[in-house]
Amino acid sequence: MSGLAGLIVKRLALGLLTLLIISIIIFGAMEALPGDTAQQILGQGATPEALAALREELNLNDPLPVRYLAWFTDALQGEFGVSVANQRPVADQLGPRFSNTLFLAAFAAAIAVPFAITLGVLAALFRNSIFDRVANAGALVSISSPEFFLGYVLILVLAVQNQIFPPIASVQPGMDFWARVEMSFLPALTMALVVMAYMMRMTRAAIINLLASPYIEMARLKGVPQGRVIVRHALPNALAPIINVVALNLAYLITGVVLVEVVFVYPGVGQLLVDSVSKQDGPVVQACCLIFAATFILFNLIADVGSIVTNPRLRHPK
Amino acid sequence: MATFSIIYFVLLIAGTATAAYLKNTAALLLLFTLLMVSFLAALLGGTNVLVGFTIAAGLLAAAAAVSYSFREALIVILPPNGAKLMRTAPLTASFGLLVVLIYIIAAIFAPVIAPFGESEVVAGAFALPDDQLLLGGDQLGRDLFSRLIYGARNTVGVAIVTTSLAFLLGTVAGLVAATMGGWVDQLLGRVVDVLLAIPQLIFALLLLTIFGAGIIELTVVIAVLYSPLVFRLTRAVAGNIVVMDYIEAARLRGESTWYLVSREVLPNITAPLSAEFGLRFCFVFLAISALSFLGLGIQPPTADWGSMVRETASLISFGLVTPLIPAGAIALLTVAVNFVVDWMLQLSSGLKE
Repeated sequence: MSGLAGLIVKRLALGLLTLLIISIIIFGAMEALPGDTAQQILGQGATPEALAALREELNLNDPLPVRYLAWFTDALQGEFGVSVANQRPVADQLGPRFSNTLFLAAFAAAIAVPFAITLGVLAALFRNSIFDRVANAGALVSISSPEFFLGYVLILVLAVQNQIFPPIASVQPGMDFWARVEMSFLPALTMALVVMAYMMRMTRAAIINLLASPYIEMARLKGVPQGRVIVRHALPNALAPIINVVALNLAYLITGVVLVEVVFVYPGVGQLLVDSVSKQDGPVVQACCLIFAATFILFNLIADVGSIVTNPRLRHPK
Repeated sequence: MATFSIIYFVLLIAGTATAAYLKNTAALLLLFTLLMVSFLAALLGGTNVLVGFTIAAGLLAAAAAVSYSFREALIVILPPNGAKLMRTAPLTASFGLLVVLIYIIAAIFAPVIAPFGESEVVAGAFALPDDQLLLGGDQLGRDLFSRLIYGARNTVGVAIVTTSLAFLLGTVAGLVAATMGGWVDQLLGRVVDVLLAIPQLIFALLLLTIFGAGIIELTVVIAVLYSPLVFRLTRAVAGNIVVMDYIEAARLRGESTWYLVSREVLPNITAPLSAEFGLRFCFVFLAISALSFLGLGIQPPTADWGSMVRETASLISFGLVTPLIPAGAIALLTVAVNFVVDWMLQLSSGLKE
């Protein structure tokens, strides 16, 4: 088992290294913005003295590596500086929005994962049947549609024509759990539909791959009933690909959240990111990008580690 | 409305019974599932849902019929080689080809088809549809139908240019990595790893903050961000070719690297690359539409589907389908291209799972 622990530690180190490089890129990108932070806060008409004083106050005169280190260590402690647009600390704006986004992503995952895996396994078992074809066509359409198309279709049908759910997900801080679930049902459903399609296709491919392996054929040949082949022989080995599929798609969910939040005016990190990009609000964009990147890397890492743990063959690379 | 439900169920049950009598398993399964779902839907949602089902089934049937006629027409028109290819094409592929063809025609002849100019104000804000304005007006009173047609030119045009640029970057880098190997390969591989470590949309938003939103910035940023996957594919398939004996022979003849790449490797990897082009186009097209929808892509007054969705989005709360039309145009093209790519992949691999 020491080999396994070593491999996992190696992956973790690799993930941290990636995060470090990404943070340098994100920091460097904001440095490339025209005009420094002091200029942006005070505007074009500022006097040189005021600019110099603010630069001194924000430590903008320090060399680049020093400022990067200061920014990164602060970021690790949850301090992302002050927004250029409204002078409020970024962390104060980000905190509640981040928990909103996590709630939405978790909600979408809770809908998508069970459905997608069940459908994927069924489509693989009854492959080339009418059920498989309908599921596949549905998945293709859902993958091909932009998130905002699905979102507006759902709003039109479930919020405007039949008033079942609210069209705008204005989640408030003090809301109780069920009110929150009702408010964010449509955005969660939109995300779930897109992710479900990917997850279903990947699960189906993984299971078909598995059913073609020799030991399944052996089990069939020696006369094991179909149900038992699936439950005893196929499913335990299907765990590895399924864990992988789920983790990869949760990482995808993080990207999809941006568009869905804008469609439903959901107060999350994605909406904040889009607003800040059009305002060229450097510190906020930095913080949002770092959070998204870190989550994305984390889920990819989980997918990696999950497949190493569940598939012994990956532990001994040839 | 009650008569509608009765006719609906009578027809469906008769169809199911016929399928059962003819022992057509696939049709029986489909019709029976539809029957069960219809029962449930009618109980929960009333007749409206059944009307929706009928319309959807009618649309599907119409699409199938049109694609069938299109395929048969192509078989007659095309020279023997093309006709042979089309004869084996599934209906989905011919549907995809037809849709792509319609989009190309709309893009090329946009000024002829569109009744008004791209940014010509012809009516009041959010004017309702009539004989003149087929789909009504937008928030400034421009004709939505004309903008939809011009959108085919702008949105798809930008997406094609971007995809081509991404392909140029990706294939050149991939071929260089595969033929040179060594530290060049390592370096390019690591750069690609970093580019793929952040979700592309997030990375695009970060870069567009710096460069600002404009068509050239958008094209370059998206092309750079979407080239890594092309790079990986090219490197993988070219890597298999480079180790072949005939490459070794060419090397021993003293051929230059340029000759090796252009004459020996490239012709052998065109098939997987062309399928990849279609697939990549879908992703790039969706990314550009998404950015335009967020207001950071193609800028007004250029007619563009993503921006049109954003501009007319408020109409959805009045129950109007206006914002769904440009969004649907995006979805339809992506579905169509996907269908064609699926077919191409099937042709090139010869696999049917």
